[in-house]
Order: sequence, then structure tokens, then C-alpha cells
Amino acid sequence: MYILKRLVSAVCVIVATLVVSFALFFVAPTDPAAAICGNRCTPQRVAEITHSLSLDRPVAVQFRDYVAGIAAGRDFMIGGTVVHCSAPCLGYSYTLGQPVTTLLAQAVPVTLSIVVGAAVVYLSVGVLAGTYAARRRGTFIDRATVGVTLTVSSVPYFVVALIVALYATALPRSAYHALLDDPLAWASGLSAAWLTLGLANAAAYTRYSRAAMVDILSEDYLRTARAKGASPRRVVYRHGLRAALTPVATIFGLDLALQLTGAIFTESIFGLPGLGVLTLRAFNQFDLPVLMGGVLVGAVVLVAMNLLVDLLYTVLDPRVRLA
Amino acid sequence: MTDPFVQVRDLTVRFPVAGSMVRAVQGLSYDVELGRTLAIVGESGSGKSASSLALLGLHDRRRSIITGSVRIGGREFIGMPEEQLRHHRGNTAAMIFQDPRASLHPYLTVGYQIAEAYRLHHRTTRRAARAHAVDMLGRVGIANPARRAGDFPHEFSGGMCQRVMIAMALVNDPKLLIADEPTTALDVTVQAQILGLIAGLRDEFGSAVILITHDLGVVTDVCDDVLVMYAGRSVEHGPVRSVLGSPTHPYTWGLLESLPSLSGPAGGRLHPIPGAPPDPLEALPGCPFHARCEYPARVAGDRCRTVLPDLAVRAGDGAHRSRCHLAAPAAVFAGEIAPRLI
Repeated sequence: MYILKRLVSAVCVIVATLVVSFALFFVAPTDPAAAICGNRCTPQRVAEITHSLSLDRPVAVQFRDYVAGIAAGRDFMIGGTVVHCSAPCLGYSYTLGQPVTTLLAQAVPVTLSIVVGAAVVYLSVGVLAGTYAARRRGTFIDRATVGVTLTVSSVPYFVVALIVALYATALPRSAYHALLDDPLAWASGLSAAWLTLGLANAAAYTRYSRAAMVDILSEDYLRTARAKGASPRRVVYRHGLRAALTPVATIFGLDLALQLTGAIFTESIFGLPGLGVLTLRAFNQFDLPVLMGGVLVGAVVLVAMNLLVDLLYTVLDPRVRLA
Repeated sequence: MTDPFVQVRDLTVRFPVAGSMVRAVQGLSYDVELGRTLAIVGESGSGKSASSLALLGLHDRRRSIITGSVRIGGREFIGMPEEQLRHHRGNTAAMIFQDPRASLHPYLTVGYQIAEAYRLHHRTTRRAARAHAVDMLGRVGIANPARRAGDFPHEFSGGMCQRVMIAMALVNDPKLLIADEPTTALDVTVQAQILGLIAGLRDEFGSAVILITHDLGVVTDVCDDVLVMYAGRSVEHGPVRSVLGSPTHPYTWGLLESLPSLSGPAGGRLHPIPGAPPDPLEALPGCPFHARCEYPARVAGDRCRTVLPDLAVRAGDGAHRSRCHLAAPAAVFAGEIAPRLI
């Protein structure tokens, strides 16, 4: 029942995003036709392009066609021939001559690979370093760890990424290869991006984990664990970490959603053709269908991750009941 | 005659509070025999919990200084390496705590937590440990233990959580159980059940019990000996009947007088001990209780303020001792205090 309610509200959020972003992009004073046509362009040519993109029709009609495309697919006139775009059709790119869904299907795995790989790096580094610092709270090592994380966090991310890109020449050249085609090439091509995004975020996760762990190390139930004869390691990693993971996992779920939609610096600097690069290019070229597609994917990811975090909560903390 | 199972001698515990080292426990000595129960009574901050944590080395090793001797089952525990000490914790000696809800891990099932205690000290399968856990849950009076073992602590009441703690403490058949205010956080009706359970299991397992409490009512019910602590020191120590029947220290009198009486007239006034315990950060040369005591005037000179009284033998074969400069405290009690207690 709870999940059903959440799903309904998730769909509502996505529909609202669809309406608002369509209104924003298609009512906006942009002129995709002029952008496509280029500098030396006759008004007549611009009008032709405008007509061929259906941009001369009322916005309401365009929106109806767009939604109908998502639901049932639609046909496009491309260079005089009719091309069918099957459901869910998010339109045709103005500039790349391909269905938006095809472009997204190419870009999403790239971004997903970057973000998930980086998450493995920053979660393992951050949680381990944070736990280590918390156990040695107040010592030189703890202070040094906190100092380093604050320094790393206060440097803008693109500066960190640029420095890694410039100096980490030992890392394999960045390139994207599909995981299923060649797992080794996939990993080595993404390693620089993983390391950059991973280490930059590890600073924050070290601090989150340290804070959560410092709280939990003073809990009565850890004293109980020691009193029953558990080793210090077991006390910290089995009993302490189990409890500290809940707050960290919450932040992680929301962070992951934001990174999936905003890995643009990482993608640009390492030349990886992900969702961020695709959307930014579409934005610069008034490629409205691609832009819409990027926004919709972002909305779906955010809503899905929110739902997932709530569900994860009930797994991590048995006291939480869905209601 | 064999040595008592637990022998504590001259135990002193110091740890830092607000930047300076506090002597939480000073020169504490006592014995506990198998099958018997020692009550350690005192106000909060008197050092009763600090002393019991020291028995199992549960203080932060890097920050606290613990001296003296703790022999349990013939082994010296003070200075024992952590690796070795760990094998005795929860095995030779187990401990239960004041707030059972907070003392159980909220994210692990009670069955897991009890089975873990067993597996930490036995080479066995998960399944066998689980069976032991279920068995123990049944023995501490949890109905339907096989099903309840899969529940989390928040699905139990406070009293039931304390039963779970007791099951966890006793799953390895320890010869010493340290119960640190086990009933303080519980309802009065549940308190009696938990104390009865501890006493019953003590008789069944033949273990020694150290029961830390601030409730004198608890002491008379289930204990053999009582040790009254004040400001980190033992001020009166002996068999329950003797110490509570004819107490020889003004602090013990104060504790008895501050108990509400059911048999006295309704609306009768309570007699709290005036003042507060001394600041542990200040060095006390004399009797720790002198500032709140009504009787320093009866002691010659300024001795209460300047000289720490010895633990002098008061009655019996040296079992009943107390720390007071009064010439005949038993007579003062019989003449002045006892008539006020109804």
C-alpha cells in the first residue's frame, strides 16, 4: 500500500517535470531553426526548417504530439522520407538526426559507469578512513584526516578534476568502452574518472562516516559488545559500522541521484560521452528534444533514488516501518 | 579454606574528566564467594559503576589508570593483556547494564546477539549457537523463544529487554555476573521479577553476583553482603543483616532515613541527606562524608576534616567494618537513629 502510494506520487512528479520543462523549453524565446541554419541563412530557409520541425504549430499541439509519441510512437519526416519512431518516443534530435531515445541509450551507460565506479571508490575510502579516524578520535591521525578532507572539499571540484587530468599521466587514457564488449577496456578507460570523482567525494564521506561513528562509539550497545568479549575490530566493524551505515546510506542515495544527473565536469574533462555532455551540447544548440530527454531522465532518476532510499531505510533500520 | 572466587584489593580507578584526572574509586577491597551476592550501594558518582567496569577492564585503556588487584577465579585481571582479557569477558564474568534498551544493538535480532555471545567463546556452528540462544531465552522467561529470537530489541518491553540481556550474559555459564543497576530503568513490578530471575539463576548456576544499586530495598531482598560506597571509597561493608540492622556509618543511616516508610504516618516527612557529594576534582584529606555529617562535633579535635578514618571492625568476626571516627557508632544508631526509623 505504501509503495503504491509512493509510486503514484513518483509518477505525478515525473508528469509535472514533463509539463514544466516542455513549457520552459518550447515557449522560451529560442530559435532552434536559426541555430541549425547557421550564419548565412535566408529568412525563407529558417521558415522552412521551422516548419519541418513543427515549431510553427501551437505549443499545445506540439505537446500533444510529444506525449502521444511517448505513449504510442510517432512518425517524422526526415529529409523527405517518413521515419517511424516507436514508443516511448522522445522525439528526434534536431542536429544529430537520431531518435533521442537512441542518444540517451548511448549516454546513460557512460554516466552510470562513471558514477557507480566512483561510488565504489568514495564509499570504501570514505567509510574506512572515517571509521579509522573516529576510532582514534582526538589523535594526530584523526586531526590530519579531518584537515585533509576539509582541504579537498574546499577546492572546487573542476580544479581537482583538472589537476588529476593534467598530472595523472600514469593512468590509462580516458575512453568509454561498453562493459559487456570488453570489461578490461571499460575499467581502464574509466579509471581516471573514477579516481577523480571518487577521491573528491571521499573527503565528504570520510567526514560523514567519522561523525556517525563518533556518535555510535559512545553508545551503550557497543559497551555491551565489548563486555561480551568481542574483539575491538568486531566491536567497530560489526556492531559500530552496522549502525553508522544508516545515516551514510541516506546521504549516499541522494548524492548518487545528483551525480547521475550532474557528472558533467567529469564527463567533459575526461572526454566521456555521458548524459551531462549530451545535455550541455543540446542546450548550446537549442536541440530541444534532446534537452527534454535529458531532463526527463534526470527526473526519473531522482524520484527513483528517493524511493529507493526510503525502501533501503526499512532494510537498514528495522525500527522504521513503512506507513 | 579456598580463596573467594572474586578478590578485589585496593582497587583505584582514575580517568580524566574535564581535563584533570578524577579518582573515581579509591582503595576498594572486597570478596565475593560463588553462590553469593554482594550489593554495592551508593549515590550516582560514588564510583560503584566505575569500579565494576574496572573488573572487566572496560574503561578506556588509553585514558584511564587502574591500580590494585582484581583476582577472579585465581587469575589477576588488572594488567592482563587485552587479547587475554577478552576471553574472560562474557565467559568467566559477564555483565548486564542499567538501560537494557540502549544496551542491545537496535539493528540486530536478539537471537543473533545472544548467539554471538556464545560463538565468541565456543567453536561451534551458527545453528548450534542459535539453539543455545533460543534455549536461554526460554530460561529467562521469554514466551515462544524460537519465534521471538528473530525479533529486534524494539519489539520487546524494557523488562523483556533486560531478560534478553540476562540471557546473553548467562549463555556462556559465567561464574561471575556483574549487574549494574539492572532494575533502575524498569517498572517497580518488573524490578522484582528481574531480581528474582537473577537470584534464581545464581542458585541454579552457582555463580557469584555483584549487584550494583542505589536501592536499599533491592539489597535486603536478594543480597548476602553489602558494600556502601561514598565518594569513591567503601564506607561500610559487611553482611546485609548486620549492616542494615545496625549500621555504623552516618552515611548508611542517612540512606536508611531517606527511604520513604509505608508503615509510618501518612504525610510523614522524608529525611534526605543534606548537601551533595563532594567534588571529585578536589582532594579530600579527611573523611569524605564530613561535610554532610551531623556528628563531627562528637569527635575530638578536627579529625573528621583532616584524617581519613580506617575501615574499623564493628561486629562479628571482622566481617562488618566501617569508616567512622565516632567512638561507638553502633550505640549512636541504637539510641538516636533507630527510634526515628519505623
